[in-house]
Amino acid sequence: MSRDRTSRRLPVIITLVVGLMLTIMPLPESIRAFRPDWLALLMIFWAMQLPRTWSVGSAWVVGIVLDVSYGTLLGQHALALCFIVFITVRFHLLMRVFPLSQLSATVFALLAIYQFLLFWINGVAGVVAPATAYWGPVITGTLLWPFLFMFLSGVRYRARSGD
Amino acid sequence: MVASRGNDSNPARIPALGLRFLALVLVSILLMYLDHRENHLDGIRRGIGAAVYPLRLAVDAPVRLWGWLGDSTTSRNELELELGRLHAERLLTNARLQRLTALEAENARLRALLDARSRVRDEVRVAEIMAVNANPYEHNLVIDIGSRDGVYDGQAIVDADGVVGQVIETGVMTAQAVLISDADHALPVEVNRNGLRTIAVGTGEIDQLDLPFLPNNADIRAGDLLVTSGLGGAFPAGYPVAVVNSVTRIPQEPFADVTATPSAALDQVREVMLIWSRPTVVREEADE
Repeated sequence: MSRDRTSRRLPVIITLVVGLMLTIMPLPESIRAFRPDWLALLMIFWAMQLPRTWSVGSAWVVGIVLDVSYGTLLGQHALALCFIVFITVRFHLLMRVFPLSQLSATVFALLAIYQFLLFWINGVAGVVAPATAYWGPVITGTLLWPFLFMFLSGVRYRARSGD
Repeated sequence: MVASRGNDSNPARIPALGLRFLALVLVSILLMYLDHRENHLDGIRRGIGAAVYPLRLAVDAPVRLWGWLGDSTTSRNELELELGRLHAERLLTNARLQRLTALEAENARLRALLDARSRVRDEVRVAEIMAVNANPYEHNLVIDIGSRDGVYDGQAIVDADGVVGQVIETGVMTAQAVLISDADHALPVEVNRNGLRTIAVGTGEIDQLDLPFLPNNADIRAGDLLVTSGLGGAFPAGYPVAVVNSVTRIPQEPFADVTATPSAALDQVREVMLIWSRPTVVREEADE
């Protein structure tokens, strides 16, 4: 049983680790603000597909790791990620039957909420940042979503048929 | 697909989802409060930071490998050119240093005459910048030495041309530093020409600093070199910070609009120096 569970979680964990690496990867200054929120996208996907294993708790842990590697306020990304994953889990059945275009629109909304929460907490804590730091990731994340969705569906299907 | 979905697609609600969510939100808010007010959570940060360290290394490795490959496949011709250039540079620097030693000795003598405290030389150590970008809201960088090597919060970082920034968070083997161009960073500087003291504030643009607190009649002009004044206590005095590039005096406004360009190549540095500036006062008294 436990072996079965680990083998089922491993693909997800690998995608999250790769996501974290992409998040801390260096980018030229000019396009740095447009780095998509890889971990938010990944958590939305996995919470939608496997809401029993990947829910608010795992989102919170991922968020804390993100906070530490970013050096932001401890709990900032955790709270924001937790919030959008909560919405995703709440409506995961609905989101699964959405066509891809509608799902992309939903992801856009979720990413916007995510960035808004980060913006809000930054405002309370007195951190100043240019507006593109908030809008950039939402736009690139939404544009990226269809490809990521297809790729991750493949990963999920393979992981399933493997065991 | 349908058969293999198992538990996960059970249409029943996820148990206690709202409750768990609420609990986590409260914990997050508590954590943020503690983290913002005091530094109670440095231990936790360090623990998780150590877990992220291998990932940082893994991200950094390809970039390092690329650099190493570049170094080891440079042609003999290029190396000779580089060597020639370095020789010339060293000659120049040495010539300048000779004068500096004499000046330093003279300075110490004069200071002794004036009965002022002499400046203690700062201890430096070279650190490499890891190829990781961190916080999207700040200009910062990660260096490859941490508290294990004696790095401390607030430590000054310079490169060959000027001040780069200061350490804000010390991990065990890495440390995060904020650049002087960060919108939240300000450092006390003085104009090298006349000793006029002011504050250089980051703008969020990598190549610009603002000097917002200079009155319209201040004696400052484009081309002036700004050096650290050492007043804030974080930066040792006398390191170049920026060169003033424009001074706009608007008669109605109380303050002049002065911008400066950082001397250090903030977005290109690969190696930096950390400065251990020893508290001069304590040292002097101990010596006597």
